[in-house]
Amino acid sequence: MTGAAITTIPAPGAGLNTEMKVFAVMAAVLALIGPTGIVYPYFIMQALCFALFACAFNLLIGFVGLLSFGHAMFLGTAGYASAHAAKVWGVAPEVSILFGAAASALLGVLTGLLAIRRQGIYFSMITLALAQMIYFFYLQAKFTHGEDGIQGVPQGKMFGLLDLTRPMTLYFVVLAVFLLAFLLIYRIINSPFGEILKAIRENEPRAISLGYKADQYKLAAFVLSAALAGLAGALKALVAQNASLTDAHWKMSGEVVLMVLVGGLGTIYGPVLGAFVIIAMQQYLAGIGQWVLVAQGVIFVACVLAFRRGIVGEIAHRLRVAL
Amino acid sequence: MKLMVSALALTAALVSGAPALAQDKIVKLGILDDMSGLYADVGGAGSVIAAQMAIEDSGLVAKGWKIDIVSADHQNKPDVGVNVARQWIDQEKVDGLFGVLSSGVALAVTGVAKEKNVVYMNSGAAASDLTGSACTPNIVHWTYDTYLLANGTGKAVVKAGGDSWYFLTADYAFGQALERDTSAVVTANGGKVIGAVRHPLNSSDFSSFLLQAQASKAKIIGLANAGGDTTNAIKQANEFGITAGGQKLAALLLFLTDVHSLGLKMTAGLQFTETFYWDMNEGTRAFSAKFSERMRNKQKPTMVQAGVYASVNHYLKALDAMGGNVHDGVKIVDKMKAMPTEDALFGKGTIRADGRKIHPGYLFEVKKPEESKYPWDYYKLIATIPAEEAFTPIEKSACPLLKK
Amino acid sequence: MFNISTQALFSQLLVGLINGSFYALLSLGLAVIFGMLNIINFAHGALYMMGAFCAYFLLSIAGLGYWWALVLSPLIMGAFGMFLERTMLHRLAGLDHLYGLLLTFGLALIFQGLFQNYFGSSGLPYAIPQELTGAQNLGFMFLPNYRAWVVVFSLAVCLATWFAIEKTKLGAYLRAATENPSLVRAFGVNVPRMITLTYGFGVGLAALAGVLAAPINQVRPLMGGDLIIVVFAVVVIGGMGSIMGSIVTGFALGLVEGLTKVFYPEASNTVVFVIMALVLLVKPAGLFGRTA
Repeated sequence: MTGAAITTIPAPGAGLNTEMKVFAVMAAVLALIGPTGIVYPYFIMQALCFALFACAFNLLIGFVGLLSFGHAMFLGTAGYASAHAAKVWGVAPEVSILFGAAASALLGVLTGLLAIRRQGIYFSMITLALAQMIYFFYLQAKFTHGEDGIQGVPQGKMFGLLDLTRPMTLYFVVLAVFLLAFLLIYRIINSPFGEILKAIRENEPRAISLGYKADQYKLAAFVLSAALAGLAGALKALVAQNASLTDAHWKMSGEVVLMVLVGGLGTIYGPVLGAFVIIAMQQYLAGIGQWVLVAQGVIFVACVLAFRRGIVGEIAHRLRVAL
Repeated sequence: MKLMVSALALTAALVSGAPALAQDKIVKLGILDDMSGLYADVGGAGSVIAAQMAIEDSGLVAKGWKIDIVSADHQNKPDVGVNVARQWIDQEKVDGLFGVLSSGVALAVTGVAKEKNVVYMNSGAAASDLTGSACTPNIVHWTYDTYLLANGTGKAVVKAGGDSWYFLTADYAFGQALERDTSAVVTANGGKVIGAVRHPLNSSDFSSFLLQAQASKAKIIGLANAGGDTTNAIKQANEFGITAGGQKLAALLLFLTDVHSLGLKMTAGLQFTETFYWDMNEGTRAFSAKFSERMRNKQKPTMVQAGVYASVNHYLKALDAMGGNVHDGVKIVDKMKAMPTEDALFGKGTIRADGRKIHPGYLFEVKKPEESKYPWDYYKLIATIPAEEAFTPIEKSACPLLKK
Repeated sequence: MFNISTQALFSQLLVGLINGSFYALLSLGLAVIFGMLNIINFAHGALYMMGAFCAYFLLSIAGLGYWWALVLSPLIMGAFGMFLERTMLHRLAGLDHLYGLLLTFGLALIFQGLFQNYFGSSGLPYAIPQELTGAQNLGFMFLPNYRAWVVVFSLAVCLATWFAIEKTKLGAYLRAATENPSLVRAFGVNVPRMITLTYGFGVGLAALAGVLAAPINQVRPLMGGDLIIVVFAVVVIGGMGSIMGSIVTGFALGLVEGLTKVFYPEASNTVVFVIMALVLLVKPAGLFGRTA
């Protein structure tokens, strides 16, 4: 992928303060709005899961330049793994969440080894095809219960203390996990590791000639992204109390691309905003047939043709700050 | 950031606040059904119309009740169904869920109905588990179930000499339950089950599945699927010469609309089980005439749509008898179980302690084209399965509610 | 497990060959479009679906039957494809190829959503043409006439396309324009028009496949969505480089799927993807591909 195509990341460090200020505002707004009940808390929790999913995806496209079209496999895998662990094995929620994320990370290693053998458009097609294979596997596997999905996943008590069946407790747990994961991603991007990823994105041959094993870095980023997407999937299974094929379907892979595209590829806050916008849109259009699909398609086309920076990317560009 | 806040503010518009009074006369029904998929003709928009007719016929609005209906498409996806149901109950204060075709969705929704304590009257899903291992104090399962289908159609086919079976099964809760219940009946009556092939829900090309069934050499290919899946399988079995080769199809679940879309030429002679047919008596004909007038395609009601009418009818009777809406699912369901049911469509009946609605079943056969005298004249009655034999005997029910 | 009847074997191979015909026609269209535009046309599945709907509309509105649809539907959809290329795709020239994928993905969602809104997710019946109803009993298997026709006809179309691109002068221009557009332009060839026509042709192939599929699979809004991903895997296996490669891979994978249905039905959905993974391990550029 050429550097000219998908770039909106200004030099790191320059906008550190703005970024942290925005983070504080975001955390405060989310913490305050839940208890008021102005917004249906279940909606925010769902949106937060998707926001985390989008951030994980963005790590790959925005900072390594790899467009995965199969990220739903990580969301779905973690959902099934954690739901199975919680329901069948009866483990505590913190264990089931970690188990889900670990399952996705493992899948990330296997699929990543294959997918990073090709670049650009081929990478996208391969991830899509691998995800479809996983989808078919889940459709037929016993433990996923195919079309029926895993239903009635118990929420349990986190660390033996926090009763997640109480909506507000669940809300703050989800929020905390999201914020921590967000900070983690932020740290990764601004670490030496993140710098090398960006160097590979800009000019892979040069990074290789400097002695970096590009493939290993790409694989590491891929697995990291898979694990974080898995974290989102496990969290979502806990919130929705089910795990289903919807999360593993290619439409979900497309949805996360859309979220990041709308918010702004390669921006830090873009995926979060994009996720809220897309999920809100789904809520409002849900009652009227498949117009959601049409609306998503139109946004895709509009973003690609006229609005390639995305919302946050555009704001950042206008204000000349990093967001 | 600003945009995010406004997106959140938009959502806020959905939220409603004040809890309802204990003895008000406000009711909200949610019809959750397949509105666009392969079962949409069986229930879908027709189920919503049936519910509206039940409200109108109840006369409660004239008595000062305010009864609203919301409806949604569950797309046959359990997660979609659960999300809609939860949001309806949380935000729109829906008191009762009706319809819910597709056993996968139906089973998933039981959890929400119980957790939020609303009434859940199912008409359309088949899995006998709804009032068996998965039963809850909130559910009433109205129209039919896989036990009935197996005992009606399965038994009749085995008795007629069809003693070796191969199943073509829709791979989810419904198909699996139907295969399980029918296998039990086949073996109990001296037949044997050679094997089964599972196909994904909403398939279009059955050729390779049918070829597997053909290779099994079983006398009977049991179609443990429904709606569009069944009609496609029957058509393609014709195309691949499977019926011409001597094997017989047993459509374990066939609806009026399926026969209509396949035509009598292709379906003549098929035997199957239903609990309602529009042309049974004066009462069913009168209802069906009114119903088909309101349908866009003028179709006659299926048993699923009839079941929605009858279940809403009984629900409103119970509310009326209680003098107001107590907004307590278990209490209302208990009241419904205590009252005998009676309506023009299913006759007199009862609701058992496990939530199973009890009424007779009928074994029908599709008429030959020359026997059909007027539009929608498709069925002839072969046998009546008495109410007490139609459903799982209560002493064999796996419902945990009964073990108290 | 191995007492498989010849009837089952040959019947499943036939079903596989039919699926292979669709893989071949669709991956051929993708390859032609990719060669000229460097775009992976994600909308290909949706356009295939619209080709089938086009046949349905021709019958229900204009009363034109299958044979008319076989000619008109590819032409109508081809024209529609050219319209898409002129109004949208060609604006992406010079951008990263991934934008082409994203744009066509968006288009696919729009088309699929619109058709789902109006026609639901179950199928509309489309009858087999009168001339091709019935079947041949070959003794070892039962061969429906229509399915035999689909295999023969799509093989002919694939070979004709291969001939036109590899062996004619027009094809030579096309191949040259793929390698070096500015040079071909210098020879006085209108390259943008050629691009438009190529996209239209690729879409026409998809529509043709749609018409062929209509009597078998019914006309369904979702018919293209899942199919296109398998076709992507086919394309990865074959490699984008060669026209013949995509034809051969398409048919071959159909057969492999058919065999899987006989010997291990559980894996028949996934076998193409497993093969893709194996090919990637051994020959990342694909069986017929040039290294990109």
